[in-house]
Amino acid sequence: MIAFMIRRLTQALIVIFIISIIGFAIKQSVGDPLRELLGISVSEEQRDEFREQLGLNDPWYVQYGRFLGDAVQGDLGTSLFYKRPATEVILEKAPATLELVLVSSLIIIFLSVPLGIFSAIYPNHLFSRLLMGGSIVGVSIPVFLTAIMLIYVFSIKLGWLPSFGRGELVMIGGWATGLLTVDGWLHILMPSVALSSIMLPLFIRLIRSEMMEILESEYIKYAWAKGLSQKRVWFVHAFKNTLLPVITVGGVQLGVTIAFTILTETVFQWQGLGFMFMEAVERSDAPLLVAYLMFVGIVMVGVNTIVDLIYGLVNPTIRIAGVK
Amino acid sequence: MKRKLLMLSLMLFALPGFAQAKTMKLAMDADPVSLDPHMQLSGGMLQYSHMVFDPLVRWTKETTIEGRLANKWERLDPKTVRFYLKKGVKFHSGNELTADDVIWTVNRLKQSVDFKGIFEQFETPVKVDKYTVDIVTKVPYPLLLNTATYIFPMDSQFYSGTDEKGMDKGIINKTGYSFANDNASGTGKYRVTERQQGVKVVFEEFKNYWDKASPGNVDQIILTPIKNDATRVAALLSGDVDFIMPVPPQDMDRIEKADNVKLVTMSGTRIITLQLNQKRVEAFQNPKVRQAIVYAINNAGIAEKLMKGRATVAAQNSPEGYKGHNPELTPRYDLQKAKQLMKEAGYEDGFEVSMIAPNNRYVNDEKIAEAAASMLGKIGIKVNLKTMPKAQYWDQFDLQVADIQMIGWHSDTEDTGNFFEFLLMCPNKETGYGQYNSGNYCNQEVDRLTLAVQSETDQAKRTEMLQQMEKIAYDEAAFVPLHWQDLSWAGKQNLRIAPIVNVMNFPYFGDLVIE
Repeated sequence: MIAFMIRRLTQALIVIFIISIIGFAIKQSVGDPLRELLGISVSEEQRDEFREQLGLNDPWYVQYGRFLGDAVQGDLGTSLFYKRPATEVILEKAPATLELVLVSSLIIIFLSVPLGIFSAIYPNHLFSRLLMGGSIVGVSIPVFLTAIMLIYVFSIKLGWLPSFGRGELVMIGGWATGLLTVDGWLHILMPSVALSSIMLPLFIRLIRSEMMEILESEYIKYAWAKGLSQKRVWFVHAFKNTLLPVITVGGVQLGVTIAFTILTETVFQWQGLGFMFMEAVERSDAPLLVAYLMFVGIVMVGVNTIVDLIYGLVNPTIRIAGVK
Repeated sequence: MKRKLLMLSLMLFALPGFAQAKTMKLAMDADPVSLDPHMQLSGGMLQYSHMVFDPLVRWTKETTIEGRLANKWERLDPKTVRFYLKKGVKFHSGNELTADDVIWTVNRLKQSVDFKGIFEQFETPVKVDKYTVDIVTKVPYPLLLNTATYIFPMDSQFYSGTDEKGMDKGIINKTGYSFANDNASGTGKYRVTERQQGVKVVFEEFKNYWDKASPGNVDQIILTPIKNDATRVAALLSGDVDFIMPVPPQDMDRIEKADNVKLVTMSGTRIITLQLNQKRVEAFQNPKVRQAIVYAINNAGIAEKLMKGRATVAAQNSPEGYKGHNPELTPRYDLQKAKQLMKEAGYEDGFEVSMIAPNNRYVNDEKIAEAAASMLGKIGIKVNLKTMPKAQYWDQFDLQVADIQMIGWHSDTEDTGNFFEFLLMCPNKETGYGQYNSGNYCNQEVDRLTLAVQSETDQAKRTEMLQQMEKIAYDEAAFVPLHWQDLSWAGKQNLRIAPIVNVMNFPYFGDLVIE
């Protein structure tokens, strides 16, 4: 176990190191941050002076060296726009995104599991057929379109739900949460539904096909023959084994979900990391961009580690420790 | 329960004294980047300055100038204008506005990277008495009043001394902490009471505001930046916000048709142009080829069809209302004439050029560029067009990577001379003139006139010179003028929007009436 953790940690460090190099390399091509910082009629000479002050005239490896030196000490640079340390900005924006991902994950889990199982057990039922048809539609509509349609129907036409923002927030420690107020829940509803709209159909179909395959397998037939109860066969024997591939895909898809938060957050003016990332790109706020990429890298490595650990719990035959 | 009691007592308290509290929810595409008005010269920051500070003088809807903190002013000599300040004007901190604050502010403007260009001609102002100040320039300066619209006196006592970090409170810092970036004391109608950058800014009415004559009755403004166009419009249509700016052109018809909201537009002053690089393309050195291009591009059609009539077709830099606007110059689309000119110039078979344009800077910029490119195809000029986001565009523009480049320009001084200084004077690294002249158009006569008008204080003579400059640029087809973008705002029906808007695109929210 310890060996496994150490190996993971080293992997994480390598991944983050590579991300930081890539981040720095593209930094040069996201545009000139001075365009956002200075007015349009500022003379070329003053521009140059300012560029020199910010150290932007040095070759990129010199800038990278400087960045690495600070990063080792936990300083990822100062955001040009927010005028505060990039880590601080990211930590401030992270709760919004994490809550959004959490709520939409809950929607996905609580809907996809029962629906997937149902359509596996009764593949010919009318409801299952409707579900499969509907899921194709769901997968093929882009997130931002779903989001805009939701706003059109529920905000403009019906006036039930607020069209943007996070609503009333409550501070708990350093965490601004919207999950403790009614207003906050009203605000999170549409963004999380929009975000889950891509993954939900995918998971329903995945659970269905895995489960159908397992229901055909030898050991399930044996379980039936043994005279076990219907519930036990379906939910313990079959479903537990269905979970294995679902967990793997889930871990990978979490990364995709983070990518989709960029779209969802932009449409709903949701003040999270995805939104911050889009703005940073537009403003060429390079320190913040690099810090964001590294943060996401850390999250991804962390999630995959957890997935591997859960994997071991669900299927004890899989060894995670470094035993050969 | 406690809260309810508090609310109840507040309501009882409030009812006899004041009318009902009016809150306006405002959605813009961005929020102020700082609380320091000298941090950046941009529309957003000037909008903010008009809310929290007040200028000495400001532009009216008719492009004339009216007094704000200055009661009246008089020109003493070509280099000096004397301003008489209103008496008894209080800053948010409680300090009184005096001539010292004006002097301090002008000196600070001269330190600001963004503003020092505009204030380069200015000397340190001279105090006459507590409420009178002479603003002096190094050379005779006809645009002194125009420039005074940028002087928003700051509370010199409030910004003097050192803060808790031991730093001077007055410093201007563009990339890190400064006292002025987080704290403000102006004379304006609103104080910032809550601010989360990028999330929201709350403005509350300042009870000791000097302008009692203003009809404005909004005592709280909640500004939320909503970046996405569709979301901003949806927020207005669903009633989540009361006022939006800017209004995306594709949604204007929809807002106009909706019952609960209205659209207000007016002709703008930002000219959209194409520059033809004479250094890169030999053919562009021939005035006939440049004229042919102007004749080939149907800019009236672009304004009518592409912009859906929400733009004014242009034949020169200066819009109507500017001193330099020359009424003789009219748009000249004529395809036959264009072909004829190409033939005369010896380019009957045409040639191939490259072109770049931004795709998220001006209204419909990408579509306009595509339309212009295909129109040039009709006279045999094959255009290879590349469009890109503004974050990448301006570097490419400065490097002059393409033969034809798009640029829109708004004159900071609302004066014709500014267009020529930046867009049409011979590029000169030393003086900084022609900084955005990627066409490399260079005419000594235009340069001479542009420099002459800078210090010509005889208005009639100056107007004539400005119009002559426009005429030369027109005759020589120095650039391709397309149109002036309309300005637009939208809000709920009970907002009286029309009286507070102006060509500068800073609605004066202090004067806004909510019915």
